[in-house]
Amino acid sequence: MLGVARRRLGSGCVLSQLAQALRPAAAAPARTYSAAAKEITVREALNTALDEEMSADPSVFLMGEEVGEYQGAYKISKGLLDKYGPDRVLDTPITEAGFTGIGVGAAYHGLRPIVEFMTFNFSMQAIDHIINSAAKSNYMSAGQISVPIVFRGPNGAAAGVGAQHSQCYAAWYAHVPGLKVLAPYSAEDARGLLKAAIRDPDPVVFLENELLYGESFPVSAEVLDSSFCLPIGKAKIERQGKDVTITAFSKMVGYALQAADILAKEGISAEVINLRSIRPLDRAAINASVRKTNRLVTVEEGFPQHGIGAEICMSVVEDSFEYLDAPVERIAGADVPMPYAANLERMAVPQVDDIVRAAKRACYRAAVPMAATA
Amino acid sequence: MAAASFTAAKFLVPVAARSGGERAPPLPPVGASSSSFARTLRRGGGAHHHPRLRTALAVSSDLVAGNKAAQAAATHPAVTREEALEVYEDMVLGRVFEDMCAQMYYRGKMFGFVHLYNGQEAVSTGFIKLLNQADCVVSTYRDHVHALSKGVPPRNVMAELFGKATGCCRGQGGSMHMFSAPHNLLGGFAFIGEGIPVATGAAFAAKYRHEVLKESGPDGLDVTLAFFGDGTCNNGQFFECLNMAQLWKLPIVFVVENNLWAIGMSHLRATSDPEIWKKGPSFGMPGVHVDGMDVLKVREVAKEAIERARRGEGPTLVECETYRFRGHSLADPDELRKPDEKTHYAARDPITALKKYIIEENLATESELKSIEKKIDDVVEEAVEFADASPHPPRSQLLENVFADPKGFGIGPDGKYRCEDPKFTQGTAQV
Repeated sequence: MLGVARRRLGSGCVLSQLAQALRPAAAAPARTYSAAAKEITVREALNTALDEEMSADPSVFLMGEEVGEYQGAYKISKGLLDKYGPDRVLDTPITEAGFTGIGVGAAYHGLRPIVEFMTFNFSMQAIDHIINSAAKSNYMSAGQISVPIVFRGPNGAAAGVGAQHSQCYAAWYAHVPGLKVLAPYSAEDARGLLKAAIRDPDPVVFLENELLYGESFPVSAEVLDSSFCLPIGKAKIERQGKDVTITAFSKMVGYALQAADILAKEGISAEVINLRSIRPLDRAAINASVRKTNRLVTVEEGFPQHGIGAEICMSVVEDSFEYLDAPVERIAGADVPMPYAANLERMAVPQVDDIVRAAKRACYRAAVPMAATA
Repeated sequence: MAAASFTAAKFLVPVAARSGGERAPPLPPVGASSSSFARTLRRGGGAHHHPRLRTALAVSSDLVAGNKAAQAAATHPAVTREEALEVYEDMVLGRVFEDMCAQMYYRGKMFGFVHLYNGQEAVSTGFIKLLNQADCVVSTYRDHVHALSKGVPPRNVMAELFGKATGCCRGQGGSMHMFSAPHNLLGGFAFIGEGIPVATGAAFAAKYRHEVLKESGPDGLDVTLAFFGDGTCNNGQFFECLNMAQLWKLPIVFVVENNLWAIGMSHLRATSDPEIWKKGPSFGMPGVHVDGMDVLKVREVAKEAIERARRGEGPTLVECETYRFRGHSLADPDELRKPDEKTHYAARDPITALKKYIIEENLATESELKSIEKKIDDVVEEAVEFADASPHPPRSQLLENVFADPKGFGIGPDGKYRCEDPKFTQGTAQV
């Protein structure tokens, strides 16, 4: 704000119409957490969503490694084997390419599989089926073969597990036409988005986060209702602000909210957007927010190059360039495979301080030089 | 080739075949034709039949050998005092090291997923101690003990687990990713099946160096051992590599550490035909089942398979029936394995069994073995002290090793390679 001209284009009718169109997205979250007394964990949210959707639709089944007798490697499927039996909760051998392909084939032929990857890292062994068999079939068959399948499991950086087990696949899957890619943050997100994913007629990549499974969030009675469902493609404004927009998804939403608290103490009002849906991306909500705050910080755990931040930045450059008062800031994971040593690992993933610094830079409030991307 | 003419029906388990008390045949000399090995494998003819799934215990030796209680009393192949003590020391090292890892994990000195090897020592020791420095080992996420057997100093493995700069990968790899180029330890691979093609590639390189580059020594080909578990044997990469390894006669031994459980998935619930060794003959290579709780039996089978590979006669699939005495990882509540199954295998502890054998055969005294145990306790203690006292990796390490040539980070706005920026070596550069 220090001497940087705001290049607003006045209130031309085209723009005001656009602003009208953008507004509902921003206004929607006002309802959330209403009169919320109850708290549930993300794990419970996912478990109940699976349970309710399996109960509602007998064509829904769950398959993956350790989903049955072991009750899920992360206990997301706890109790489901007892309730639905081994025909609908299938323990598979360790054969991602095989069982993912089987899931896709079942979806071609009238079922609604939920394929659990023990972690999304392992989905690399099955990526051919996710992209070539699932994402492209509806198009190649001219709409004759739809693939209503959910690929779900923990994604992103975990703690102390080294390079092969610690990586974000949001950008990988978001690149692919024909896929929908969702990334819940809170218990509300987890419940509403997983239910939406299971009911969706297309293949959905559902990126959970191991470190969030045990976190509790307040939820309203509406969220707990078995009919609750969130729209795919809508972001949520987690926190209203006027000075800078911070976009984030999954675990990074929590970091962005913490950063917003710190910024508030320093007089910077940050608006935090929880993307919820990576593809389709809620460009309207992002642009509406940037048009209000004129500054943007994108946050993601994944690698910077060709990442989610890059796409968001492009969207804002295309639609709201003249509203920007500062260069868009991107906070991402360091451009290195994840190191094991705890001190290096911490440097390789975004921290709250990194977000705070970037927001200050965007607001021209920091003398801090550009540090590492991490 | 002789191997190609084998049929599955003719292939039987040498261990089971020898269990009647007959002395093991002498090892085929280096350079002997493959048919001597083939004869060994054919011993016993088609006398055994293999009862199908038994449900009481997931004990595949019972499946394979027809539950011969007498097998426990089978004669061991001859072993010298020196060999016996070397093997004993290596197994004790594996056990004590892993027990220490559990302690250190619970004390917060190491983090993430830590998969311990307790109970399976006979496999690592039985195979790897027969290798030369130039031979390769490719492991899984359960890789600490393979690293130790291959000669990586315990202090460097421990320091890696502590995430310290003195670790064998300077703290960049961690528990599941042990590498050591000087020891030709080509990695711990954290995904099921991943390591098998890489190991097959190492074997391909050995053959290529021998035949195209004319580089290998007079002793024959460098051999690669690929270690993996029963769960991996349902993964496509296993089958794809069995085919190519045999097709190209690569110097590799596929060592299945069948500990009967893939996390909480019983081998019998995951695999249509649980006798993994049988998959070798399907691809035209020998398949052998061996009691993986008996290091001397493992060692005998390993010797034959390794020498066969070294002579250029191609791969062997060896199924070692073993058991892990702890959960899948230190985070595994291990609720699905039945107590009677655990007890059954605990009673077959390979270290206790070897100790008993050594004493009974008068190869060493109890006090000599005690002094080995004491020595290993000291080694592991020292490894912990070393790891604890070692420095954390400096920030400068963050951007190192992403590429062999750091110019891979590209060119910066000043027209110079980013890696030439002084901040790059501090680890603070924007890349």
